[in-house]
Amino acid sequence: MRPLTEEETKTFFEKLSKYIGDSIALLLDRQDGAYCFRLHKERVYYISEELMKKAGNIAGENLLSFGTCFGKFTRKDRKFMLHVTALDYLAPYAKYKVWLKPSAEQQFLYGHNVVKSGLGRITEGTSDHQGVIVYSMNDMPLGFGLAAKSTEACRHADPMMVVLHHQADIGEYIRNENALV
Amino acid sequence: MGRKRQLDRVPSGPGRKSRRQKDPEFESAKDKKAEKKAKRPKLDGLKKKKKGKPKAAPPPVALDSEGSTDESDLPDDFGDDEEVSDTTPQVVDGAQGDASDEKNEGSDDEEDGDEESDDGDEGGDQGMESYDEGDSSDEEELLPIEKAAKKGRKKEEEDNRLAEEELQTNIAATETLVLPSGQEVEKDAHIASDLTLVQQRIRDVQFVLADFKARKQEGKGRSDYVQQLRRDLCTYYSYNEFLMEKLMDLFPQDITDVLEANEVPRPMTIRANTLKTRRRDLAQALISRGVNLDPIGKWSKVGLVVYDSQVPVGATPEYLAGHYMLQGGSSFLPVMALAPQEKERVLDMCAAPGGKSSYIAALMKNSGSLFANDANADRAKAIVSNLHRMGVHNSVVSAYDARTFPKIMHGFDRVLLDAPCSGTGVIAKDPAVKTSKDEKDIQRCSHLQKELILAAIDCCNANSPTGGYVVYSTCSIMVEENEWVIDYALKMRSVRLVPTGLPFGNEGFVNFKQHRFHPAMKMTRRFYPHTHNLDGFFVAKLQKFSNKMPGEEQKPKPDKETNGQAKGDKSTDKAADKGQKRKNADSKEPNNTNKKRKFDPPQTPKQQGGKKNKTDTPQGEKSSPKLKGILKKSPQNAASGGKPSPTTKKRGKPSPTTKKRGKPSPTTKKRGKPSPNMKKKGKPAKKG
Repeated sequence: MRPLTEEETKTFFEKLSKYIGDSIALLLDRQDGAYCFRLHKERVYYISEELMKKAGNIAGENLLSFGTCFGKFTRKDRKFMLHVTALDYLAPYAKYKVWLKPSAEQQFLYGHNVVKSGLGRITEGTSDHQGVIVYSMNDMPLGFGLAAKSTEACRHADPMMVVLHHQADIGEYIRNENALV
Repeated sequence: MGRKRQLDRVPSGPGRKSRRQKDPEFESAKDKKAEKKAKRPKLDGLKKKKKGKPKAAPPPVALDSEGSTDESDLPDDFGDDEEVSDTTPQVVDGAQGDASDEKNEGSDDEEDGDEESDDGDEGGDQGMESYDEGDSSDEEELLPIEKAAKKGRKKEEEDNRLAEEELQTNIAATETLVLPSGQEVEKDAHIASDLTLVQQRIRDVQFVLADFKARKQEGKGRSDYVQQLRRDLCTYYSYNEFLMEKLMDLFPQDITDVLEANEVPRPMTIRANTLKTRRRDLAQALISRGVNLDPIGKWSKVGLVVYDSQVPVGATPEYLAGHYMLQGGSSFLPVMALAPQEKERVLDMCAAPGGKSSYIAALMKNSGSLFANDANADRAKAIVSNLHRMGVHNSVVSAYDARTFPKIMHGFDRVLLDAPCSGTGVIAKDPAVKTSKDEKDIQRCSHLQKELILAAIDCCNANSPTGGYVVYSTCSIMVEENEWVIDYALKMRSVRLVPTGLPFGNEGFVNFKQHRFHPAMKMTRRFYPHTHNLDGFFVAKLQKFSNKMPGEEQKPKPDKETNGQAKGDKSTDKAADKGQKRKNADSKEPNNTNKKRKFDPPQTPKQQGGKKNKTDTPQGEKSSPKLKGILKKSPQNAASGGKPSPTTKKRGKPSPTTKKRGKPSPTTKKRGKPSPNMKKKGKPAKKG
């Protein structure tokens, strides 16, 4: 377990801010204590500082997880991939949201992109390639993705055109459990 | 046109056409005789009984009346016809009716009548023969269907008679079930036995055992019946002998209920995740998806039982969002017993796949810290996945061998140990357990569990302001894995049993076969599939009241002295501990186990009795019950012993040095305050 280096922090925050903008500060300074990000086996974990100290007792090879895993760095390029496990923290601070119709929910949960016909609502002002959080019509977070089209363009789009590129969804807990850990 | 219908005229006599009908033709008497002779052997037996009648009556009648009537009637065809016609209906009726007597008589009459009409001279002879032939003539007169009917009726009567006899014999037979002999048993073992027979025998043997004296077979003892029952149960339910024996010991009365319950799966249950939703909202959402569910019962506020579902319960969006967890009903119980509070430090030692850990976190409301550990790294990954899905933020997941955990971390407020076990409580989920478990497996599990529970207790902090609790649970119903392990822990560590707080469940065994456990074992809880409709489970809650061992390692090291000094400072604690320990240590065992460790010349404890340190007290306590009593009665001793002084501590060691010191000197005793207790100290010496 070690803190993130400058570069890693930069990459990571950039990715995060795509979805939650400037609220990263809110993540770090919370009422119930200071939280921090730590790196362990290429994965970034979000954890309170006191818990981190306790977790320090555990040897690296035996430690599997602590706090919440946000995602991992790829080995070669050191790019950061955000995992669906971060959804709980992204959802409250999300700027741009997309709501899906029930028919499209299943498709999204299987890992497919969303087409116009499945789009229920979209936040105003969403620009192209904006990180968005995906909700069901019941306001239940389903995952996140990249908007393929701006809000304006979505209005005029064909029903079969992709409006949202899938990034992560909660279906991965069943489909892709191993990758998350 | 046509003849007028005369309504006034009353029709009389047989109609016009009847006069033109010919007489019915029958076989001639001679032909009949031939037939009768052929048939005679069969019928004689039956008809001989009836011969009497025709003998007596017909000849005189034939000669006198019928002859006269015949003679008189001869010119009149009608008379004959009438006779014949009169008699034939009788015959027919007779055949259809029950009485073959009527037939005989009718046919006899008919015969005689015919014979008389045919040949008067032959009457006598024929008359003589008539009753012989009368029998066979009966036969001839009867149509084949009538004969068949007669036979059928006779057979029916015979069957009824036999059935009644059988009924009587059946009633007699059930009263004494005959056990198969040794040879038959061996035969059964080789061939595949008929399951219905086996089932019937099971019921029979249980019936006999219910009222053994009255229903037993002579020469067979109870054990024969029990063995037969066991064999049959093994065959019927496909268990191995070892496991069946264990089950029969545990459940002598309702063994079939247990076995039947193990064949049927328990209902599917889910637990609402209070971190993300409420049970009511979740229930509504699932019902709208087509899941048929109900609250699990009064004892849980988060449990739901699923009866059936149109969608896979493990793949709904609510599941994926972490609103609920698929979890067996019994798995709620250890966490409910543990009752973790907010901001506590809790350890779950065998946490995979993470159901109980997530429940703990939910009860703690994501505050404090939760350490979830599992020895198997692959299974531990499932913990990570589940905890993330359920939105648990305060967890640390590790993959250590739980026995080594105390060395890594200790000082937890609460510890949950859901120990790996033989799985005899969840046979319904895994039928392979029926045949794969034997003595060695159980022993191995038991040994591992004992090590684990000691580790769990060592991880726990007795001085925790809010806790100091260890909950031990298994999904097994074996005494070796449950009560025995707890008993072991009670002896080896400073813990005591406390009520689990669970509102239902059977009490744990205090006495079972040859075992004699601590009386507090009643506070543990057992759950069975056939009584509670939950998986077989055992839950025990222990409270650690001291971080010290009941009998500290008696290594003759100087370090020990310093340790003893430090401990000596907390003399009051020690006294309290002693008291508590004594309350716990009602069982006779503590002395034995500690005796192994002790090197205990009988005199040294006496010496030290007066000046007891903390280090001393355990030894003294365990060396003899009397000393225990002494110590109890004179806490003052402990207090005095608590004052650290090098000399007393040295005495505390069971080492040659003490011996050197060692002979009881009046001075030491004086220090110990002369009191009647001192005299008591003398007694153990004698015993020694």
